[in-house]
Amino acid sequence: MQVSVKYFASLREVIGEANSVIDIEEGTSVSSLWQTIIERKNIEFENVMMAVNMEYVKSEYQLKSGDEVAFFPPVTGG
Amino acid sequence: MLIEIRKKPFNAYAEMQYYLDSLDIIGKYGATANFVGSMRDFNEDKKVTHMTLEHYPGMTEKHLETIAKESIEKWSLLDVLILHRIGKVKIGEDIVLVATWSAHRKDAFESCRAIMEQLKSGAPFWKKEETNSGAKWVEKNTPGY
Repeated sequence: MQVSVKYFASLREVIGEANSVIDIEEGTSVSSLWQTIIERKNIEFENVMMAVNMEYVKSEYQLKSGDEVAFFPPVTGG
Repeated sequence: MLIEIRKKPFNAYAEMQYYLDSLDIIGKYGATANFVGSMRDFNEDKKVTHMTLEHYPGMTEKHLETIAKESIEKWSLLDVLILHRIGKVKIGEDIVLVATWSAHRKDAFESCRAIMEQLKSGAPFWKKEETNSGAKWVEKNTPGY
């Protein structure tokens, strides 16, 4: 199945792209998707925040086909 | 309740008055609290020339809406206004406005503070500061308490 992935701010610059579509197995958690990405890209990135379909999720959240996943650094608005 | 992400500069106090004039709460509210965050020319001992604010379109608005709705219930607020800049922000420009209206000061004060702190810790915005020695992403916000 496929999920769309978005990256923001400093993470987007480290990854080198803002969006991608990634094939994953059914039942993959958002944290294992993150592990796959950092291994594939060969990067290190601390304190990543994770959201699915525009809501924060826990790392064990199981992804579904078509989910919009977002990874980003700690927020600094206001 | 109004939540807006603005690309262009705004005057927080004029916006607050303009929004209040559109409401039908005269005689009902006895307390107004607000927080205005503006662009400094320094951060962590460095001179900052300007900054760029990025957000996550869709999630940012949704997140702020949830914070505002929960606050209206928790503190019996009559209304809430949240404005936040994105894009290139110059020194002295307003970045954020949170305003709350209630019958009594306790609810207005407490909710305004709480909304601001929740915005700071959870709303997906990111600041990139331009200094004389180059651009740098802000890594974390200063503690509010």
